[in-house]
Amino acid sequence: MAAPQVKGASIAELADGVRAQKWKARELVESYLDRIARLDGRLGCYLLVDADGARRRADQIDATVAAGRDPGLLAGVPIGLKDIFVTRGLQTTAGSKILRGFVPPYESTVSARLAAAGAIALGKLNMDEFAMGSSNENSAFKPVHNPWDLERVPGGSSGGSAASVAASLCAGSLGTDTGGSIRQPASLCGVAGMKPTYGRVSRYGVIAFASSLDHPGPFGRTVEDVATLLEVIAGHDPCDATSIPSPVGRYRQACDAGLAGMRVGVPEEYLQAGMDPEVEAAVRGAIDEIARAGAKLVPVSLPHTQYAVATYYLVCTAEASSNLARYDGVRYGHRTAEASSLEELYSKTRGEGFGTEPKRRIILGTYVLRSGYYEAYYGKALRVRRKIADDFRAVFDKCDVLATPTSPTAAFKLGERQADPLQMYLADIYTVAPALAGVPALSQCCGFTKGNLPIGLQLIGPPLGEEAVFRVAGEYQRRSDWHKRLPEDPS
Amino acid sequence: MSVDRYEAVIGLEVHVHLASRSKIFSSSSTAFGEEPNSCTDPVCLGLPGALPVLNRAVVDAAVRLGLAVGSHIRPRCRFARKHYFYPDLPKGFQISQYEEPLCEGGAVEFRVAGESRRVRLTRIHLEDDAGKNIHDDSGVSFVDFNRAGVPLVEIVSEPDIRSAEEAAEYMRALRTLVRMLGISDGNMEEGSLRCDANVSLRLHGAEKLGTKAELKNINSFKHVREAIEHEIRRQAVVLDRGEAVVQETRLWDPERGLSQSMRSKEHAHDYRYFPEPDLPPLAVDQDWIEQARASLPELPESRYRRYTGALGLSAQDAGVLTSEREIADYFDAAASACAAPAKKLANWIINEVLARVADPRALAAADLPVPPVALAELVDLVEKGTLSGKLAKDVFGRMWQEKRRAGEIVVSESVAVVSDAGLIEEICQKVVAACPDEVARFRAGQGKLLGFFVGKVMKEMGGKANPKTANEILQRLLG
Repeated sequence: MAAPQVKGASIAELADGVRAQKWKARELVESYLDRIARLDGRLGCYLLVDADGARRRADQIDATVAAGRDPGLLAGVPIGLKDIFVTRGLQTTAGSKILRGFVPPYESTVSARLAAAGAIALGKLNMDEFAMGSSNENSAFKPVHNPWDLERVPGGSSGGSAASVAASLCAGSLGTDTGGSIRQPASLCGVAGMKPTYGRVSRYGVIAFASSLDHPGPFGRTVEDVATLLEVIAGHDPCDATSIPSPVGRYRQACDAGLAGMRVGVPEEYLQAGMDPEVEAAVRGAIDEIARAGAKLVPVSLPHTQYAVATYYLVCTAEASSNLARYDGVRYGHRTAEASSLEELYSKTRGEGFGTEPKRRIILGTYVLRSGYYEAYYGKALRVRRKIADDFRAVFDKCDVLATPTSPTAAFKLGERQADPLQMYLADIYTVAPALAGVPALSQCCGFTKGNLPIGLQLIGPPLGEEAVFRVAGEYQRRSDWHKRLPEDPS
Repeated sequence: MSVDRYEAVIGLEVHVHLASRSKIFSSSSTAFGEEPNSCTDPVCLGLPGALPVLNRAVVDAAVRLGLAVGSHIRPRCRFARKHYFYPDLPKGFQISQYEEPLCEGGAVEFRVAGESRRVRLTRIHLEDDAGKNIHDDSGVSFVDFNRAGVPLVEIVSEPDIRSAEEAAEYMRALRTLVRMLGISDGNMEEGSLRCDANVSLRLHGAEKLGTKAELKNINSFKHVREAIEHEIRRQAVVLDRGEAVVQETRLWDPERGLSQSMRSKEHAHDYRYFPEPDLPPLAVDQDWIEQARASLPELPESRYRRYTGALGLSAQDAGVLTSEREIADYFDAAASACAAPAKKLANWIINEVLARVADPRALAAADLPVPPVALAELVDLVEKGTLSGKLAKDVFGRMWQEKRRAGEIVVSESVAVVSDAGLIEEICQKVVAACPDEVARFRAGQGKLLGFFVGKVMKEMGGKANPKTANEILQRLLG
C-alpha cells in the first residue's frame, strides 16, 4: 500500500484510493490527525478534535471495503465541521462560551448525510461566535490564522472551515454562509466554497444565527470537491420546513460541461473604481478567461446593490436577537454561578456568556423589532430585500451566471479592523446581496496579490442554478492553476 | 358601592388544547400526566439547531373550529414569534400568529337562562403551549417540558359579554363545541381549556369603553364567574371613589378568591412580533376547507333548535341533551329507532341513563350496557302498554345490570303488563268484595279512594295489571 499524500489531496482521489484499497481510511485519518497535531497550534482551526471517533469510523469504513461493500461517495474522506453543526455526543459551541459544555443529543441532517456517504468527521472547526463576523476574530476561544500569512485573518465566520481546507487539515469541510461566511473566507484562504440556494441544504441541526439567511454549504480544494460534497448534503429534509423538495442536480457533471452557449453577466455595481486594484485586476483577468473559454459576457446592473448591506444588518440582527433568546442558562450551556432572582439569572448568564459582537447584534435586533418601529425597520428591510431579489430575477433573464469579486480586499491583518465594526460590515458588500436573494454563489481562487495572498472570484446563479455556477467554475478552474498552489506548512 | 350603576364589558381570550397525538411543531407525544420531560424532543425543548415543522392535523382541527363558528378561513396565514423570557418557554419566544391569523370573525351562539346570546369572535389562531414550572418547598424550581409544544388555539372574542355568568356560559358553550367537533377533550383539570378575561366598566347607556384590566390564569367555569364578579366589584369601588381604573394585567388567585396586579401598562411586555422565518406561509386551499366542512358534525345550536322545534322538547331538556356530544348522539340514535314521542325518550335519558354514568362521555362506549336502540325498544314497550312505567324502570335496572334487552326480559320472565280484561275483572271483584267499608265510603263521595282499590288490585297481580284497564273496571264495579 502506498502511503497517502494528504497535503493538497482532492476528495475524489482520497475516496478512490480507499475504495481501490490503495490506502486505508485509517491511514488517511492518521495522516490528517498528525498534521493537525503538528500544525494546528499555529493555525487555530479546530475547537475540538475527535481523534477516537474518527479512528473508530475509519476502521468501520475499512471493514466495509474489506467486506467488498461500497462505503459511499465519500469513502473514508476526512472532513471538518464548523462548530455550528450539532453533533450527537460531541460538544457543539457555535464559537460561544454560552454553549460551553453543550453536548447535543441529536445530529444535524447534513453531518448525518456526510457520515452516511462514508465521510469521517475529524472534529469541530473554529468560527466567529454564532457566525457573526468576517475575520474569525470573534471566536470566544481563539483566533484562526490564515495559512498564507499567519498574521492575517482567514475571513469569517467560517474561518476554521476555510483555513483547515487550505492548510490540508481536512480534505473538505462544511460551513455556513449568512452574509458571506462561506465565500469570503474561501476567498481569503484560496479555496473553493459554495453558498447554495436557500433551502437547497437542510438547516436542521445548524445553530441558527439569522434563519432566513443561514445557508449551510461546503468548502473544498477544488470546485469538483465542492460539487461532490454538495451532491451529498443537498436535498429535501422533512425536518426543515424551508427545505426545497426538487431533486438534487448533477453538480460534478456540470463542472465538466463546458461553456457553450453560456452568458456571463458582469454587474457594474460590483466592479467600481475604488476597489483594491490587485483584486480588480485578478477578477477582470478571470472574467476575460471565461470569455475566452466561450462564454458571452453581458454587462448588467443590479440597481439596489447599494442598499444590501443596510438591509442585511436589519434582517440579520432582528432574527439573531430572536434566535439567541433561548440561551438563558436554564437548560444547557453556561449558567451564571450565582443569581438571586430570575432576572439576574438571565442578565448575568447572558452578560457572561455572550461576546461583544452577539451582544451588539442582539441589542440592534431588539431595537429593530420593538413595538411601533417594526414597519420603519424590519418591514422596510423586507421590502428592500424583495427589490434586491427582483434585481437578480431580472438579471437572470439576460444571463446565466454573474461573475464578481468575492471580497473587496485580500486577507487583512489580525486586529486591523476590530476597532471599527462598521468597516468590517462594509467588507460584506459583494456577498450580502446574493444571501438576501437566496441565490447560489460560489467563490474560487482567481489569483494572488504580490504579497502572495489569494483573491476570490464570485460566481452567482439563479435560484437552483447551482449547475450553471459549477459549469463556469469548473471551466475556469481547468484553465487556471491557482487552486494547485498550496501554502507552506507553518513551522 | 353600587355595581348596578355600571355595565360590565368583557372580552375573553380562551386557549384550547387541540387533541392531536403529536405536538404542533414536532413528533413527541402530547399525552398528559407522563413522567416529567419524557415527552420531549429537540424541537419542543428549543435545542440549538432544532426547527419547527407544522403538524397538518392541528391546522385541520382549527379549520373545523373556524368553520363551526362561521369564521373566514384565510387562504394564506403566517406564524409569528412572540418574545418573552420565562423558564418554561424554551425558545425565548412562542410561535403564535399575529397579523395573519388562520381564522377571522365568526360568532358563538349559546343561551343564558334560556335567552339566546351571540358573542362575536375577533379571531382564532394557532400557537404552541409552554412547559410548566414546578416549585418545591426548598425553594428549588423545576421545569417540565412535556406540555411545551402542545397545540393550542386561542379564541379571541369581541367585548360582547356583559356579565360574569354570561362569560361562564360562553366558555361552557366553547367547551361543548370543541368536544362536539372532537378537536379537544376540553378537560379543565388538565389545563386543556384556559382563559384570560379583559374587563372594563362604564355607566349604563355610555358608549365609550372604560379602561380595562386583563385577568390571567382562569381555568374553570367557577373561576371565570368568581374572577369576573370580583373584578367588576373591584372596579366599581374604584370608580365610585371617583378614581380611574389602572390599565394593567392582574393574576387571579383562585385559592384566595382575589386578583393581584402583575404588571401595569408601562411595564407591558413588548413581544417584538415578527414573522416566523422557519415556517413558510400556511396555505389552506378551498378543497381543504370543503373537506373540513363536509366532516363537521351537527353543531350544538343546530341540535338545540331541532330538539326544541320539530321534536317539541323543553328548553331545559334540550339544554341537557346538547351539553355533550355523546348525550346528543345517544339521543339521536335512540330517537331514530323509537316510535314514542321524543319527550318520553328524553326523560328516560335524563332521569335514568345519565344517572348511571359518572361521565357522559361514557355514552359513546361500544360496550354500554344499554345502547340507544335498546333504550328505544324499552320506551316503545311502555308506549304500547306492554310495560307500565314502574315495571319499565325495574326492567331498565336489570337491562343495565345484566346487559340484556327489554324484550328478552319481558318474554323470559313474563314481567309484561296483564291486559286480559277478564282476569283483571276477576281480581277487581275479589278486591271490591273484600273491602265493603271502603266501597261504602267511595260511594258516599270519597272519589280519591279509587287509588286505594287500584293499589290493591296491583298488589294482587304483582304490579303487572294494565293500570288503565284496572281503572276502568273498578270504576264500573264501584259506580
